[in-house]
Formats: sequence, C-alpha cells, structure tokens
Amino acid sequence: MGVGIRTQDLRKVFNSPPPTAATGIVMRGDAKGSKAAKTQILAIDGISLEIYAGEIFGLLGPNGAGKSTTIGVLTTRVRPTSGQAWIGEHDVWQQQAEVKRLIGVVPQRPNLDFSLTAREILLFHGAYFGLGAKARSERADALLEKFKLTERAHQMTRGFSGGMMQRLSIARAMMHDPQVLFLDEPSAGLDPQTRILLWEIIREYHQLGKTLLLTTHNMEEADALCQRLAIVDHGHVIALGTPNELKASIPGGFLLRLRFGKQTSDLMDRLKVLAGVREVKASDGIGADVYADRGGSLIPEIASLAASSGAELSDVHISEPSLENLFLHHTGRSLRD
Amino acid sequence: MNWKAFGAMLARDAHVARRNALQLFFQTFLQPLLFVFIFGRVMVGSGYMPPQYKSLLLPGIIAISMTFTGIWAVAMPLIAEFQWTREIEDRLLAPISMNWIAIEKVIAGLLQAVVAGLVVLPLGWLVLRPGIDIRIGNPLMFAVVILLVGGFSACGGLALGCSMNQQHIGLMFSMVITPMIFFGCTYYPWSALQNFPILQKIVLVNPLVYASEGMRATLVPQFSHLPIAGVVAALTFFDVLLLIVGLRQFEKKAIS
Repeated sequence: MGVGIRTQDLRKVFNSPPPTAATGIVMRGDAKGSKAAKTQILAIDGISLEIYAGEIFGLLGPNGAGKSTTIGVLTTRVRPTSGQAWIGEHDVWQQQAEVKRLIGVVPQRPNLDFSLTAREILLFHGAYFGLGAKARSERADALLEKFKLTERAHQMTRGFSGGMMQRLSIARAMMHDPQVLFLDEPSAGLDPQTRILLWEIIREYHQLGKTLLLTTHNMEEADALCQRLAIVDHGHVIALGTPNELKASIPGGFLLRLRFGKQTSDLMDRLKVLAGVREVKASDGIGADVYADRGGSLIPEIASLAASSGAELSDVHISEPSLENLFLHHTGRSLRD
Repeated sequence: MNWKAFGAMLARDAHVARRNALQLFFQTFLQPLLFVFIFGRVMVGSGYMPPQYKSLLLPGIIAISMTFTGIWAVAMPLIAEFQWTREIEDRLLAPISMNWIAIEKVIAGLLQAVVAGLVVLPLGWLVLRPGIDIRIGNPLMFAVVILLVGGFSACGGLALGCSMNQQHIGLMFSMVITPMIFFGCTYYPWSALQNFPILQKIVLVNPLVYASEGMRATLVPQFSHLPIAGVVAALTFFDVLLLIVGLRQFEKKAIS
C-alpha cells in the first residue's frame, strides 16, 4: 500500500534569506517603530496539491519558483507560514517523527557526513532508522553496488566528485526503504551517463510501488520521468496534469517565435486570421509569439504578410509542443530565463 | 522517544571521536599539561610561587579543560554543519524529535568533557608530584560536580554553536572564552578577589567560577572555597538555563 502526499494552501514567507535556493518574490514589510523595514521573501503562495500513492510527480519551474521550499515543508525542514501538509495520513508538522520514517530525501546540494566513509554513511543512516546490524550491512553493500560506488566504499567522501556525492546521497535516501522519495533537482550537474543511470533507478524504485516527488527545471527530465506535473512559478501552481495533457493545453501546439525588422500596428491582427493560427502574443515590441496548429507551412504566408505590411521578417524559431512552450504560454517567460 | 536513533547518533559521534583520537588527545591535553608544568613545576620549583600553589592550581586547570572540551566538542561541529556542510541534515531527517538530536549532541559533549577532566586529573598529578595534596574525599559529590561541569560546558557549546556564525569563531574566543577563563577563578580561588569587591560580585555570573570552586571544594577542601551547596545549585541553574537557550537556538537554526 503506497503513501500519497497532500498539501492545502501552503504558504511560506521567509523573514530572512532562506538557506536553500529559494529566491521568491521579495516584499518590503512596513517599518514598525524605529526598526528598519524588514525584507520578506514570499517563497510559496497557496500551493494545494494531491500526489497519489505510487506516482512519480514532478514540480517544474525556474529557479526561485518555490520548488525547494515546497519540498522543505513536506520534509519537516521548513515551517509553513500557513496551510497544511500530509504524508499519507500524517500531518507533517504535528507528527514529524512518523513522517520522517516514511520519507527519504535527496537534497539539492549534497550534505554528506564528511566525518564518515561512504559505507559508514549508509550504515549510520540505517541505524538512525532502527535497521539491525545485518540488514544494514547487506543493504549498504547492495546500494553501493547499484550506484557503482563499491570501490570507493571505504573512502572518506570529502574528495568525491559531484556526481559521486549525488549518487551516494540517493543511496542514503533509499537506505531505509522509504515509501516516499523526494528528489530536489536530482540530475543537476550530472553527466549524461549518470543521468541515465539515475533515471533508471528512479523508474525501478517507482516499480516497487513507491511515491516519488522530484523537482526540476529540465523539461526533458520532467517529460521523460513524471506521470504528472505541476508547473510552478512565483510560488503558485500555474498548470497541473500529465505531460501530454499539459502539452495539449497549449493552443495549437506549435509555437512560432517571430522577429521583425519593425512592427506595424495591423500586423498582429493580420497574423491572427491566418489559417491554423490560434493565438498571437506580442513580445518585446518587435516580435510575436504565434501559437498554431501547424509549423513550417505557415512561414511563407507569414513572410509575405510581413512584407506587405512593411515589417520585414528577420528571425523565425519553430518549436513543437513542449513543456517549455507551455511555461512560456503561461508566463511569457522562458524556463531558462 | 526513539532510543535506537538516539543510540545510533551517540555511536556515530563516538566513532568520529575514535577516528580523530590523536588530534583530540593533543587538542585536549597538551595545553593543560604545559600550563601545569610551567606554573606548577617551573614557577614553584624556582621559588616564585609557594609550594601549595600546586594543589590550588590543578582543580582550576581541570575545570578549564572540561569547559573548553565540552564547548569545543559541541559548538565547533554545529557551526560548520549548520553553516556550510549541512552535514547535520541527515540526522535532522532521522525519525526522532529535534530536541533529542540537540540533547544527543549535549550528551556526547558532556561525556567528552568528563573524560577530559578524569584524564587531566591523574596526568596533572603525575606532572606535579611530589608535593601536591589532592584527594577525592567524597566521590559522590565529586561525581555530581564533574557531571554538572560537563553539562554546563556542553550546553554552553550548544547555545554558542547555534548562535554564532563561522566568521565569528575568533570573536567567540576573544570575547567569550578568554574572559571566562581569566575571570573564572581558575588560577586563583574566589576568595582571592576580596580586595576587588565589585569584581568579586560581578564574576559570579560566570559559570566557570562555580566549576573551579566546585573542583576545589571536592579535591582540595583545605583551601577556602564557595560552599558546595551553592556551587551545586549555581551549576544546576546554568545547566538548565544554557540547555533551554541552546535548544531554542538549535530549533531556530534547524528549521527555516
């Protein structure tokens, strides 16, 4: 029986810069008395999610969107300003020890115990969770083997490469066989080979009936791994669904990013009436984002239309339905910005 | 309460201490032994200090060693782990309440401080003999004092370690530890301050005063010292106070 995750109206305002990557909206509070105005950071603003038992769920969004803070709240590390969160039936804030028993966490930045060797890190982690000596020894060896760390098992981790530290962090999170695994930007900084190994391991763990919640700003990863996704920006969920549902929600599916030598007033209106065009958004004054049912076949029509309007077409970029386009459609910004 | 997780964390700290045994040994014992040698042997041997200074000095040195060891053992790892390595995260995610994680740190520090005290005592005695008159008249009272001193040093380490930033470690030594040692009645008994009546009152806020005087009361009662009941009461007060402050600061650091 798997374990799900639920949040209701989660909100978090940091009064001082948070230790993690969160860089949400900066607000200036009112000055009270003689004290200077306090900087407040609104990291998450009313996130309600239901993640089903046994699914791979992704939080996709740019840096500072509130992904890590959401994970922080769900893993007992960040106190929500308001709202509630549950892992299975357990309230995250009220029943911390029970919740911690159910979850495994892979942090965005490795936080390995530098005073221990790789194998000892796994053994002590197992001991914190009450595993018997024999069980933790066997499991540690199996995980070291799986993550290709057996040769380094008895070395201190201080000299490990980023990829090795990341692999060991994941092995550690799996050591006590948690029902829910949180992975915060799991493939950031990994080479392509290790990334594929990681994806395999995530899928394999999911096959065991576990729930996985991962954050990423890599669309390819979200698309390849996640059964459902929430797209997060400025602390809000702006879209939620399966990758295919989300991609299908982009008007037309194709996105043509156009640049003109100059913009004329009637050009936008004339673009809108072209066959297959679903939506036109002006961008940067001299460009337009055209959402349409077709891609390349529209270009000749657009080019002649631009020429007849006196606005020469200077650049075209066509992309097929993707989560990147979805993010752009909702926010007007690229995920990479 | 999850005793398995608590025990595993203590085992982890013991394992790390064993791994760093040599470093810990020099860090803990070199300074007090040099001190005892210079002040107890060289100064007394050359006639600059009276012979009974040997017996007066050693209890104070034990108190300093214990205090320093406990603060260091708890504060230093916490400062580093909270600030940049975030190593402590793994333990914060163990299925045990946060207060117990901090208390485990205190117990580990207390044990190290007690070991330091119990090793400096015979080592100091070896360096200073003959002519040192030290004996444990009341082992039970000695045990109580030594546990309370270990407790205040470890709780102090928790409070300091969770209140300081890494860049302030130097400041912690010059502003907190050094004045604490010199105004801690470590190299002289509290009664020696009678010519400085205001100072004599002010130093009573320094818990090290009670540690030194407690050691004197239980090891060299022939010298004047604060009444043992007062010492025990004051040490208990500082143990509890610093534990409460330390736990609060720990929570502030651990949860954002």
